[in-house]
This record gives sequence, C-alpha cells and structure tokens, in this order.
Amino acid sequence: MIAVKNFLKKTNLASTISLTILVAIWSIPTIGLLITSLRLRSEAEISPWWEGLLNPLSTVWSLEAYENSLESGMLESLINTFAVTIPATILPLMIAANAAYAFTFLKFKGKELIFAILVGLMVIPLQSALIPVLKGMVWFQKTFDIPLTGTYASAWVVHSAFALPLAIYILRNYMLSLPTSLIEAARVDGASYYQIFWRLVLPMSIPAIASFAIFQFLWVWNDYLIAFIFVGEQNSVMTYKLLRLLGQYGQGWQDVAAGSFISLVVPLIVFFALQRYFVRGLTAGAVK
Amino acid sequence: MAGDIAFAIVAIIFGVVASYGLYWLLSFLVNLLPTRISQKVQVWAFLTPALVLLIAISIAPLIQTAVWSFMRIKGKTEEWVGIANYTELFTDEKFLGILLNNFLWVLFVPAVTVAFGTLVAQLGNNVGPRREKLFKSLIFMPMSISFVAAATIWSYLYAYSAPGRPVIGLAQKIIEGFGVNEPVPVMQIDGLRFNSFLLMAVIVWLQVGYSMVIISAAIKAVPEETLEAARIDGANALQLFMRVILPQVWGSVMAVFVTVVIMVMKIFDIVLAMTRGNFNTSVLAFEWYKRYFENSDIGSASAVVMVLVVLIIPLVWLQIRTVRQQETLR
Repeated sequence: MIAVKNFLKKTNLASTISLTILVAIWSIPTIGLLITSLRLRSEAEISPWWEGLLNPLSTVWSLEAYENSLESGMLESLINTFAVTIPATILPLMIAANAAYAFTFLKFKGKELIFAILVGLMVIPLQSALIPVLKGMVWFQKTFDIPLTGTYASAWVVHSAFALPLAIYILRNYMLSLPTSLIEAARVDGASYYQIFWRLVLPMSIPAIASFAIFQFLWVWNDYLIAFIFVGEQNSVMTYKLLRLLGQYGQGWQDVAAGSFISLVVPLIVFFALQRYFVRGLTAGAVK
Repeated sequence: MAGDIAFAIVAIIFGVVASYGLYWLLSFLVNLLPTRISQKVQVWAFLTPALVLLIAISIAPLIQTAVWSFMRIKGKTEEWVGIANYTELFTDEKFLGILLNNFLWVLFVPAVTVAFGTLVAQLGNNVGPRREKLFKSLIFMPMSISFVAAATIWSYLYAYSAPGRPVIGLAQKIIEGFGVNEPVPVMQIDGLRFNSFLLMAVIVWLQVGYSMVIISAAIKAVPEETLEAARIDGANALQLFMRVILPQVWGSVMAVFVTVVIMVMKIFDIVLAMTRGNFNTSVLAFEWYKRYFENSDIGSASAVVMVLVVLIIPLVWLQIRTVRQQETLR
C-alpha cells in the first residue's frame, strides 16, 4: 500500500508541474492582449507587452483604450448583441421543446425518418442555406413591403432554424429519461397532451433547457456570419464591430485589445457563473 | 439607448407570448376537429412550427443552393450551365490548394485537439479536485470566446513590425531569437503551408477545453477497481494510462474527434479575420463567402458550398449511425 501511496504522490507532483506549464502557455495570448489594452498608445507602439509584465512599476497603466472603444460604438453594439441573442436563445428552445415532446411521447407516421433527417441536419454547414434565405427575404420585403434584412427579427428566425436540430436532439434525449408512468397517469386523469406538455414535461425538462440555453446564448453571442448577413452595419453586433476594429489596428493595438475584452465580458460571466450547466450541455452531445 | 433596452425587453416578451400563443392556437384548432381525427393529428400541433422553420430556412434553401450550383447567374439573367461551375473549380489550381488546406485542417486539428484534451484530462485527474478545477477552468475558458475575439488575440501574437520598428509580436520575437535577421510577417510564410498551421493553433487553443471536458468526464467514470488492480500489479503511470484508462474512454475520444472534424470542415471566421484567405490560407467556407460577398457569383459560390456538403455527407452517415447505437443501448 505504501508503494501505491508513493506512486500517487509522485504522479501528483509531476502532473501539477506539467499542468502549470500547459496553463501558462494557454494563457499567454490572452495575457498579452490584456496588458496591451491597459497601456497607452505611445507605449504600446514602441515596447512589447512583455515589458509591461516584466517591469510593471515603470509602465504607465491606463483605461484610455477602454474609453476610446466604448465611445466609438462598442456600447451600442453591446446592447444590439443582447437584442439579437436573448430572443434567438428563447425562441428555438420553445419550438424545440414542443417538437422534442412530440418525438418522445407521441406516435406518428414517419417519426424515424424525420428524426434521421434532423440528425443529418446537425452536421450540414449552414452556409449551404444562407444565400437562398437572404434572397428569399429580399424578395419578401420587396413584395410585401415589410423590412426583414437588417432587422433583429431576421437574425432571430435564422438562428432559431439552425439551432433546432441540436436543440430537439438534446431535449428529446433528456425527455426520454422522464418517467413515462407519470405521463400515462395524467392521461388517465383526462389531461390533454397540450396540458401535459406545459404543466408536466416542460417544467421537468428545465435542467436540459437551461444547459442548452447557455450553449445557444454563447453560440449566438459569438456568431459573426449570421449577424453580418442579416443584421449588418446598422445595428452592428460586437463581433461585427470587433472585426472592423481589427482592420484598423494601425490606430494602435491597445484600442483593438480593449474592444475585444469588452466583447468578452458577458460570455466570460455567463461561462464562469454557469460552467457546470454548460459542461452538462456539452456532454449531452454538442456537435455543432 | 434606453429606447433600445426597452425595445429589446418588449421584443423578448412578445417573442415568448407569441410562441406560447401559437402553440395554444394550434392545439385549440386541433381540438375543434372530431375526436377521431384530432387524436391522429394532434401531434402536428407540436411539430408544425419546427418543421415549417426547418423546411423554410434549412432544407428548401439547401435544395435551392444545389440547383444554383448548376447555373450561371449574372444580375437578372440565369442560365443552365450543367457542371461547368464544378469543372471550373476542379481545374483551378487555386481551388485545389484550398481543398488541400481543408484536408490539412482535418488531418491535424482534430488529432492534436484530442491528444491535448486527453493529456489535460488525465493530468487533471491526478492532482486533486481543487487544483484540477482551477487548471481546467483556465484551459476551458477560451471555449466561451468568439472566433473573432480569438483571432484578435492571436493576430496580436503574430503581429509584424517592419525592420527598424520595435518588435511587438511574440512570434516575431521568437523567430528573431532563432537568429533570423530579416523576418517576414509570419502570416505570409506559406512554404509547407506554415501560415495555415499558425491559424490551426488558434482553433486548437479554442477547442482543447471542449475535448478535455468530455474526455475528463469519461476518465472519472472509469471504475476504481480496474485502476487499483493495475497499480497493485506494479503498472507505472504510463502503462496505467495506455492499457487501462485509454481503452475504457476510447468511445468518448472518438466522439470528440468526429465533432471536431465536423467543426473544422466548416472553419471560416478565423480565416476571414486573420488573413482574408490571402497567402494560400483560404478554405472552402471562406471561398464560398468570397465568391458571393465579394464577387457576387452565386453559381460558383453555390458549387463551392456543395463540394463542402458532399465532403460532409459521410459524417452525416457516421452521425446517424452513432445516434442509432446510443438508442439501442438505452
């Protein structure tokens, strides 16, 4: 037994050292940009960021870059991003929960086939659909005179559609683990399928819904392509703004750096506060 | 600003109420039907919105894209050109280079990501719960970052300073440390596709956390008795891992591998943000973007994306098979 204990101690120390090195390497890129975002342009231009790390006392630290990027529209973009992200998280979950309920508890023709198509759609690249969807929206707004492109609503719809296969898949997997006897009992008591869904199945599925909500929230928040195509310049989201900012690094890296950290605040808060649920969602089969 | 926030809140409430109302309405309509019929059709009250959305936004557009890939569309004129778009692609050396890039991404990124993820998961398992949590959070953190933000972070690492200017990019500093006196921008070194590997590093950095989380969960599920038995038999750490742990978590490793393959096939944002496909770093999804948004060439953009779809179809099949297997285990 002593040999086993020694063995464990030795692997423990070696593992700690290797992990420390790995984590250090993993953090270098972020630390570099973080330090740069806290420096003045005059300094960031002439000395590399590791000077700031090695001689923290002789470096001038400043929040000027953050002020600059907030003033140049990052704050509006933050609100725009919320306006895109929150409905694009709730909407697909509502629709997917209903569909997952049908797939789990109801019998209908073609169930197997439709489900196989869904699983296939999880893998198909969304680029394969975007141009026709965009063209269709342009046609629709010309014909009916209702603006679609450039609005939040178009991004909600598109994000919802692309989220559905995975959302239905994850929620169905969870619903399969719910006790069917409970649902049968409710049926015997005369509850309709509609009532069973809203009163019984939906509340019981909250854990899975929460996991997927976090996953979808981060996905939409971090998305560039759909926001670029369907929301665009006017209500630009953070990824859009950040990419434009990156194109202007000639104005100084410190502004780009500050901008990217502003865009990270919300995902990082969501991530660290809800890490457990996020992990649960991932292990439930994230294949996006 | 306050108006924006109010608008966002109203929009959210409206969205939730509207979707609740929609399902209520569908269920109400079904209940109006005679009982015998309503029994049969009530499932569609739950399925219709999802199916309508999927058909309108995913399936029909996919078919449209497939059709357009056989056409040439300039402004208002459309004409059938057969497989001309495809023959143009496959006789274009640049496009073959793009296929090579996609191939390299698929060859390296999933393998490296899974290897690092397994390493971190196993090391983390050795160091006790508190340190494990800290280390894993730091490795996992990039998962929450957008591709654009990751590209920004790494662009700074790869930043180039012209001769005479102070060096601010870590990559350039390291190259100079090796004694190269007149370095070129690292992003422009395309010999052996070196710059593509620099882009791949960003994705590995982002995805190792994901791979670690899944594989770590599998390692924790390995029965303690099997480990104990191997230790008493005198197995060293490496033998313990290779012969006892790895075989038992192989299923999870493969699942992560396939997921990363699927993600890497569609890689787009990183290339857009870091090189805009220049210096031989373009990939299929970026080429689609360029041909449509920069050249407004719908026909050939559609052909590019169809090539991507066809390459992904084997993975669709793999995905359906994996799901089937899980179903039978249930």
